[in-house]
Amino acid sequence: MSDYILEMNHITKEFSGVKALDDVNLKVKRGEIHALCGENGAGKSTLMNVLSGIYPFGTYTGDIMYNGELVKNHNIKDSEKKGIVIIHQELALSPYLSVAENVFMGNEQTSMKGVINWTETKSRAKEMLEKVGLGNENIEAPINSLGVGKQQLIEIAKALAKKVDLLILDEPTAALNDEESAQLLEIMLKLKEQGITCIIISHKLNEISYVADAITVIRDGHTIETLIKGEDEFTEDRIIKGMVGRELTNRYPERTDCPIGDVVLEVKDWNVFNPEDASRQMLKNINIKVRAGEVVGLAGLMGAGRTEFAMSLFGHEYGQKITGEVLMHGKPVKINNVKEAIENKIAYTSEDRKTYGLVLINDIKWNMTLAALRGFFSKNGVVNSNDEIVAAEKYKKLINIKSNSINQTVGSLSGGNQQKVVLAKWMLTEPDVLILDEPTRGIDVGAKYEIYCAINELAKSGKAVIVISSEMPEIIGTCDRTYVLNEGQIAGELSKEELSQEKIMKCIMQHNNQKGA
Amino acid sequence: MEKKNTVNLNLKQYGMVLALLAIYIIFYILTGGSNATPMNMNNLLMQNGYIVILATGMLLCVLTGNIDLGVGSYVALCGAVAAKLVCEGGMSIPVGFLAAIGVGLLFGVFNGFFIAYMSVPPFVATLASMLIGRGLTYTFLASQTVGPVPDAFKFVGAGFFVTNKVPFGEGTIDIVTIIVAVIATVLIVLSELKSIAAKKKYGFALVPAWQLIIKDAIILGIVWFYAYKLARCNGLPIVLLLMGVIVAIYHFVTSKTVAGRQIYALGGNMKAARLSGINTKQVFFWVYTNMGFLGAVAGIVLAARAGSATPKAGDGIELDAIGACYIGGAAAAGGVGTILGAVVGAFVMGILNNGMVLCGLSTDLQKVVKGLVLLGAVTFDVISSKKKN
Repeated sequence: MSDYILEMNHITKEFSGVKALDDVNLKVKRGEIHALCGENGAGKSTLMNVLSGIYPFGTYTGDIMYNGELVKNHNIKDSEKKGIVIIHQELALSPYLSVAENVFMGNEQTSMKGVINWTETKSRAKEMLEKVGLGNENIEAPINSLGVGKQQLIEIAKALAKKVDLLILDEPTAALNDEESAQLLEIMLKLKEQGITCIIISHKLNEISYVADAITVIRDGHTIETLIKGEDEFTEDRIIKGMVGRELTNRYPERTDCPIGDVVLEVKDWNVFNPEDASRQMLKNINIKVRAGEVVGLAGLMGAGRTEFAMSLFGHEYGQKITGEVLMHGKPVKINNVKEAIENKIAYTSEDRKTYGLVLINDIKWNMTLAALRGFFSKNGVVNSNDEIVAAEKYKKLINIKSNSINQTVGSLSGGNQQKVVLAKWMLTEPDVLILDEPTRGIDVGAKYEIYCAINELAKSGKAVIVISSEMPEIIGTCDRTYVLNEGQIAGELSKEELSQEKIMKCIMQHNNQKGA
Repeated sequence: MEKKNTVNLNLKQYGMVLALLAIYIIFYILTGGSNATPMNMNNLLMQNGYIVILATGMLLCVLTGNIDLGVGSYVALCGAVAAKLVCEGGMSIPVGFLAAIGVGLLFGVFNGFFIAYMSVPPFVATLASMLIGRGLTYTFLASQTVGPVPDAFKFVGAGFFVTNKVPFGEGTIDIVTIIVAVIATVLIVLSELKSIAAKKKYGFALVPAWQLIIKDAIILGIVWFYAYKLARCNGLPIVLLLMGVIVAIYHFVTSKTVAGRQIYALGGNMKAARLSGINTKQVFFWVYTNMGFLGAVAGIVLAARAGSATPKAGDGIELDAIGACYIGGAAAAGGVGTILGAVVGAFVMGILNNGMVLCGLSTDLQKVVKGLVLLGAVTFDVISSKKKN
């Protein structure tokens, strides 16, 4: 039998012509903890979905050898039968069922066909929980009475109940605090002693360099390198170098003749608590300033609190017990709901355009004018549909929305064009400040370029623009100044001159270390 | 590149009107023409007027992706309040009507409050209203029928607009009805011309003339056929005028105002609506409050037509109103549907009911047929919108 439990050779996976994975190779030794590193969108999750059968055999090219045999997974059940279990970032637990029921969800302990054997369920649940250090938990308690950290461990217990040989963890610590993360890492090391192989996807490089035996770095759908503990340099700096360092030639249009003016938006001592858990502080003493004609970036890792900051600012759409001061053009303003935010000339485009940005069943024109309807397209509550048509035609041309007409439903548009509709919708409210949350997520390079051009035009016309992005090159390519957020706090502020991916990562690491110390 | 600047009429939009005609013609054949007598055509309106009024309000609830199960009970209670206050309380008719509308609004506010501000699912909140309303009706009427109501009360549900009958053929014809039909014709033609002019002005694609002519010919055909039948009977029923005013107002609100747009936005994507500055709680509150108001109006009409108030009045008609919305093309998930569609849907149900009664079909089987028609209409809708995507 080979030394490797898993070999993924020359995996290529396309999504409607775009290669998400291009000739990727991954070799995992039996009994090791193997980390997958890469930026958001590099292809890590896609690779794991190929492995676990979410993208079934035949939808990709290349082959997967598991325990020396060629694998043809058609769905998750197939891969689970072989002992490959994936734990996704979003927990797959049913909130009102008990701990024991969740541990065996989809894998129920039955005596006769379809009849649950409760004695077996409970005793085995206890056994599994002991393995993940939760031996003292009440297995009858509903799972939503437990914290996120413990829920994550229960996901692992659930995997163990399926007799797992290869455990895949996708960002297991993203939602956890330091203590919970440390506990989870210890459990991983314990599982390794028991001979279980792990693949971990994580952005927290300090955790990876602590727990992993080997690291494979993926960038833009290609495998870049595999680092082995004891053979290669195994520091965070070394990993970052592998992850970044792509060429940047002309992917970001130059912004010229854009004088920076007075401060438009200032936020002072912004504190926000979790909407579900009033004791959990999500944002702590955030202070930021944005000037007219300036594009300011908010960088940080997933879960750093960037979106939460934007949404809490935008009419308290996120969080509770919000304190702090907002000044527009130097004057304090009260913004308690979205309507007031719009009236105070703030606009926010969500990172999730389909869920929060658009009404997919309605057409382009209808969506474009929705936020500005009260202010610009109606008189005494009656909509002026002619003005709507004129404005929609104008913006369709202005930001180059590709569609048959302004009467096409937005659900049928491509992601890039949908994003342009969202942008137009908020430009129509004539804001002074635009907060763009992941403005180019999931859209192609050409559309990205056009969005960047639109951002430049906005800055030139004297708007203050805030760009939130997980793609560091995007922040570097578009922003004049950048705040780095980490775990709900500002970890640093970088000017255009000092901005680099290494600097941003360093900022985050230093902040983590300060907190850890 | 020369682009063909025409666009075909969306047939689906008029599909239900055609289905309505088809059903009518089928029953015309089955009943040997007795569903087309002036008297029956008049009854068709009187019997379905209050359903149309309810369907108008219900459509707003359906647009939010929900329903109001309580309307049957408000109808009964509001009718009972009006009838009892007038017949036994010795109050004047306007006071009785106002009290009934007050009770309807109270139910609407009650629902609206729990749905919008307490986040109780509409299904549950209105199920509670349905039970409470029905229970209160029985209590208030002491399980007795109250009536007969005075003639002035009956006028709302069974009365006619001023008439000027002249001899015509083997009977009379009402000139007022004919004049109203002429006015309606002029308005329909003018609005079509106006819309063509606007499209030309903005350079939009035009619908080929022959298609427009066929469409308008069918609409005008229906208007004139109906007007002629009514003119041969007793003229314009008050219910028709009331219905016309309500339908016109709500059609305007849903299609032309900010408030209407907000209801569609809420139903289409509540999260996106919130982030567009729409106070979704307020929208919910008003939609359900409005349903209470229209429930009261329908209750008064029903009591007036029946001439009395009974505790069982309006039992189960919430389902007719909901069915009318779905048959009329509204989506159960919300965000899609029109007032005119709901009106057509209500008449599909009405013509079915009426035709089956004339055919002598038992009431038990009538329900089976209505159920199948509802299912068929919605299945057709779901399949055709799937194909479109």
